[in-house]
Amino acid sequence: MTYLNKADLKVVGTRPIRPDGVDKVTGRAVFGADQALPGMLVGKLLRSPHAHAKIVSIDTSKALALKGVKAVVTSADFPDIASEEAFVGEGPMNFRDLSRNVMARGKVLYHGHAVAAVAATTSEIADAALALIDVKYDVLPFVIDVEEAMKPGAPVLHNDLFTQGATPQPTEPSNVAKRVQFALGDVDAAFKTADVIVEGRYTTEPVHQAYIEPHACVVSVGADGQAIIYSSSQGHFMVRAYCAKLLGMELSDIRAMPSEIGGGFGGKTLVYLEPVAMALSKHSGRPVKMVMTREDVFRATGPTSGGVIEVKLGARKDGTIVAAEAILKFQAGAFPGSPVQPGCMTCFAMYDLKDVRIIGYDVVSNRPKVAAYRAPGAPISTFGTESAMDELARKLGMDPIELRLKNAAKDGTKAAYGPTLQNIGYIPTLEAAKAHPHYSAPLGPNQGRGVASGFWFNIGGESSGSVHVNEDGSVSIVTGSPDIGGSRASMAMMCAEVLGIPVDKVRPVVGDTATIGFTHLTGGSRVTFATGMAVTQAAEKVRDELKVRAAKIWDIPPDAVDWKDGMAVPAGANAGGFEPLSLADIAIKAAKTGGPIISEVSVNAQGAGPGYATHICDIEVDPETGHTTVLRYTAIQDVGRAIHPSYVEGQIQGGAAQGIGWALNEEYIYNAKGELDNPGFLDYRVPVASDMPMIEAVMIEVPNPRHPFGAKGVGEVPIVPPLAAVANAVRSATGMRMADLPISPPKLRAAFDAR
Amino acid sequence: MSKIHVTTTINGEPAEFLTEPQMSLLDILRDEMHLTGSKEGCGSGDCGACSVIMDGRVVCSCLVLGVEAEGKDITTIEGIATGEDLHPVQRKFLEHAALQCGFCTPGLIVATKALLDRNPDPTETEARYWLAGNLCRCTGYDKIIRAVMDAAAEMRGA
Repeated sequence: MTYLNKADLKVVGTRPIRPDGVDKVTGRAVFGADQALPGMLVGKLLRSPHAHAKIVSIDTSKALALKGVKAVVTSADFPDIASEEAFVGEGPMNFRDLSRNVMARGKVLYHGHAVAAVAATTSEIADAALALIDVKYDVLPFVIDVEEAMKPGAPVLHNDLFTQGATPQPTEPSNVAKRVQFALGDVDAAFKTADVIVEGRYTTEPVHQAYIEPHACVVSVGADGQAIIYSSSQGHFMVRAYCAKLLGMELSDIRAMPSEIGGGFGGKTLVYLEPVAMALSKHSGRPVKMVMTREDVFRATGPTSGGVIEVKLGARKDGTIVAAEAILKFQAGAFPGSPVQPGCMTCFAMYDLKDVRIIGYDVVSNRPKVAAYRAPGAPISTFGTESAMDELARKLGMDPIELRLKNAAKDGTKAAYGPTLQNIGYIPTLEAAKAHPHYSAPLGPNQGRGVASGFWFNIGGESSGSVHVNEDGSVSIVTGSPDIGGSRASMAMMCAEVLGIPVDKVRPVVGDTATIGFTHLTGGSRVTFATGMAVTQAAEKVRDELKVRAAKIWDIPPDAVDWKDGMAVPAGANAGGFEPLSLADIAIKAAKTGGPIISEVSVNAQGAGPGYATHICDIEVDPETGHTTVLRYTAIQDVGRAIHPSYVEGQIQGGAAQGIGWALNEEYIYNAKGELDNPGFLDYRVPVASDMPMIEAVMIEVPNPRHPFGAKGVGEVPIVPPLAAVANAVRSATGMRMADLPISPPKLRAAFDAR
Repeated sequence: MSKIHVTTTINGEPAEFLTEPQMSLLDILRDEMHLTGSKEGCGSGDCGACSVIMDGRVVCSCLVLGVEAEGKDITTIEGIATGEDLHPVQRKFLEHAALQCGFCTPGLIVATKALLDRNPDPTETEARYWLAGNLCRCTGYDKIIRAVMDAAAEMRGA
């Protein structure tokens, strides 16, 4: 059933303290690197010093001979698995590529690529052992830039990579892994009917998810082949699936335990260390702990793609967009799988367009393999299209919000990527932006205001949740979703609402792969939607069972019992004059009425409502230094229904801050040798507290009827608009269109100088 | 390599440990004292997740050697609450939902306590600059700053 009437809700929509909160403010919470097992060894990786090279030989004998070294592994210790599409993470993945990313086989494809690993009794011995591994390389030419990598004659990373989706199918290998296209109507003909055309070329640099917790795991493989993995990830079922495949094991031989996760943002939707630690543990017969350094995190995990976005928009004088086209070229890193496809699908999904074409290229180069990052692909492509929308508004002399309203997607709009949109709340975000005092506040010298919008699909998928009524009437919940931003709170709240009990009577935990049904990873803004659906349905089954038990106690038919405010009550005068039975009253008698009262529900949730957001950003530039300060920021988003409004606001604020960092500071800087020059937080500068203003999060609630409480995913869309919102604000302040991110001080200063 | 004996005070309790000369205070706290509340996010003093208070000063424990703890008074996140009673800063972080993943939270709470011990009435700008060495990637800092300002007000009795 559904609970869409907000006035009826007692728990959902309130702001209780999160159930895992005290552990996190007292240091008691156990994250990946906090785990320890008796007899544990330290595992470390040897990484490639070259951007691209053939591995001629690896001699590990001296390392193995060192006292205290218990195991050394290379790709020879892993099965050489065949190419096979994997559907266990977020975004495209191939098991063979992942295996070769975890441990290089034959070739190293980027500076920092893992080539061998050791397990030793101390960290110092492990370091000494790494230095004793003798790897002979045949160094190859490398390519870093996406457009360089696409050129004929560029160094080719994979001799078996032939562009998919190109006609005719190429006979020569190249770095272009895939060409994708999404189109509606006849875009070439439609451009001829336009009064006004704007064209632009925009670029973004790869940026890292930059979760503060580096990857970490503790793994123990027994002599019987049974393994236990403690690790920080966005999905322990994902960890289990990848490790089983990469090691050639059965899923049931691996128990993956979720630790608290110190941020992920998509970057922990795949494995790096766990399979290596498994191999080391198997060889040594001891538990192995592996923890990345921050430098490892930057060199060898994530980031998301940099991209080139070419945009062309055609409109009539009244602002109606008659044709839109975008060409996207995304860096995938060393293996295919950039988020260019979702980049294509999202970049015009805010608009009702009849004639539109988006073409995308997935391009490999000698950089770390990209990983999902919050709304993968959408911030990159939308930076281009929403910057172009701003230029179009200027050329037409129209207010940018009016231009967006004129063309906004609404219920019934057919999106270029296929579906007809329903129950969407884009227009309300624009109307709220127009009416917000921020939009009409005065600006001073060197200040500017920008507006941009964004779209993200949100997904559902497979989730499991169980609800247990304890013997004293308290309630326990188990789900399979690692809690990355407070989802345990929303699970407890939805359950408490259904059962009519206070939320502090409900304790939620995240179960391991052996204690709860399969659950897809935490990603795609799916947990509150899909896992919330499973928990809600499990709570409803428990509520139904509680009514059955009350009926037994009263000796009346179950349909003569109602459930109200956490109590069984007779359904009407005819049912009999019984005193209400509380949940605790029924729980205490459970043994006499049929045994434990529990329910576990697994769903494959469909109908996640898409998320839309519109952001307003004020900035001030310092023409002398080129520094841009964000003065005021308002982020308006359709959230469906905010289960715990504080944590919804938190998602919106956090996404906006990451987008601001992407726009102004963050970038991967490569030197002439193909090495990343800024693999640390000093030189890869994420926003700090003194960089940021308060971020006003405005929640619009257009309920999603496919979720019991109307929830939509909220975590990803807030990172989509900020890139263009900031750039449009800089355009407004300076008159200069900064088409290449980041708009860092040296770049903006150079633009002032060139003017 | 022989180990060095260090006598110190951690969270008000006398403590001693043996350390190799190159070990950081963070390694000692986490691996020897089993106080894993202090986190390692970078190991280079850039993220603040390992913040502890040493003789009244907030420091990155990854940049302090274990041997430097000799004779010092060290407060870690595990020493901020008094028994079952949370410190006002901890309570306000919870009330304002000033954490998501919670990994940076110990360092931020320690750094905030050090701020308010020194300056009970900071401006928002002062709070933002004081905490500029504590990275949070989840929250955008909005709710953290609100929690800090509210904790300051409560502790002043305002």
